Amino acid sequence: METISQGFSRAVNLIFSGDRELFEIILLSLRVSGAALLLAALIGLPAGALFALKRLPLRSLVINLMNTFMGLPPVVVGLVLYLILSRSGPLGILSLLYTPSAMIIAQTVLATPIVFSLSLAAIVAVDPVIRQAARTLGATPFQEALTLIREARYGITAGIIAGFGRVSAEVGAVLMVGGNIAHYTRVMTTTIALETDKGEFDLAMALGIILLTLSLLVNFGLRAMQRQGQVEARFRQWD
Amino acid sequence: MGLTLELAHIYKAYGGQQVVTDCSFTFEPGGTYVIMGPNGCGKSTLLRIAALLEKPDQGEVKFLNGGNPIEPDINLKRRLTMVFPRVGVFNTTVAKNVAYGLQIRGVAKSEMQARVDSALELVRLTHKRTQRALTLSSGETMRLGLARGLAIEPDILFLDEPTTSIDVANTKIIEQVLRRISQDKKLTLIIVTHDAAQAARFSGRLLFMRDGNLVDHL
Ligand SMILES: Nc1ncnc2c1ncn2[C@@H]1O[C@H](COP(=O)(O)OP(=O)(O)OP(=O)(O)O)[C@@H](O)[C@H]1O
Ligand SMILES: [Mg+2]
Repeated sequence: METISQGFSRAVNLIFSGDRELFEIILLSLRVSGAALLLAALIGLPAGALFALKRLPLRSLVINLMNTFMGLPPVVVGLVLYLILSRSGPLGILSLLYTPSAMIIAQTVLATPIVFSLSLAAIVAVDPVIRQAARTLGATPFQEALTLIREARYGITAGIIAGFGRVSAEVGAVLMVGGNIAHYTRVMTTTIALETDKGEFDLAMALGIILLTLSLLVNFGLRAMQRQGQVEARFRQWD
Repeated sequence: MGLTLELAHIYKAYGGQQVVTDCSFTFEPGGTYVIMGPNGCGKSTLLRIAALLEKPDQGEVKFLNGGNPIEPDINLKRRLTMVFPRVGVFNTTVAKNVAYGLQIRGVAKSEMQARVDSALELVRLTHKRTQRALTLSSGETMRLGLARGLAIEPDILFLDEPTTSIDVANTKIIEQVLRRISQDKKLTLIIVTHDAAQAARFSGRLLFMRDGNLVDHL
């Protein structure tokens, strides 16, 4: 009991003392997850929009697969990427294993199905009359797609936030392909796992507090987006 | 030079139910046409086909300019527009809704501004220009739909029940605008309505939809 409360106050002290290592770790976490999200959005949003708007072949298979991949176990992603990126693997010559790039790739793989599926769902949910309106006002298919993406913006943003929530809390994949190397590939989750393993709780708890705060913010953001979407949907009563 | 719209032997069925049957008709440039007919007889379907929003099962939708046929490409499609019974407003301001068609055509900002202003003025929504479009009343929403269509200055304007679910005051505004357009004869108006008195007020050519075809008399 004593160790927990003492550990907690030491952790809080650590946060407010501006500890260099702590901030290095937080920064790398944000950079890795941020980059992964950006990539996931660049892939998942256009792909989701394409499958939402076009009757592509294998449409329902792809959608089902992506829905399933939303729950991919991170350790499985880590394992597969490890095999691909390790020296004897097909992409071994790139020497990406145990680098931040490998971690970004792993998190991109985890986040893309979420962004894809939630973007698709948001775009499909846009009232068909909006699409007709865009078309009859002279939109090209591309302009029509952009219009629908804009109409689905709250749902899409919610998807991106949800993706961020997932990857920033994930430990299995980044640990396996990042290796938790000090000052190089240590992120919040891997540090927590490792420090706890060593029986050193101060840094782990400090990072735990930060991580919790982050996920709190993520949830606030998510809720705000969903609420905004609902509020505006309610206005579409006679239109 | 205006556009002539020629429907030639149009057929359309939905799941075995024949909705449009061998419909042929020519809409002359600058004309006003009022189409009436019972619920479910295929008026909206025919309008969507004529406005190139839906393909017929058989038959041809032709557009002619001084007798010469025109390819139904995006440039032609941009000369037609339709106002739906449910307008389908974009989730942004009133002014940006009206600007939409101009924006996607790459119309210059100053001209866009002027055309948005005059379209809003016409339907008397100038005071609402910065309001979020989704917060408009149903009558204002329909007026917005009309302004949005007029802003692009189409050759043919299709209106599917523009006053069916709105009150007398809003109906009056919309009728006024449409009657003025009808008198100018600069564009073709094709209006579907259930209101016989209104149909008479438009003093255009009255058509009925019967057995999937357009006829002059019931
Ligand atoms: N996309 C569709 N799929 C299946 N059936 C359809 C579709 N669109 C229209 N129909 C059917 O075609 C028939 C004609 O519909 P349409 O909307 O053209 O009628 P309408 O004359 O406009 O009627 P109203 O006056 O009620 O608007 C109806 O029986 C309708 O159920
Ligand atoms: Mg109808």
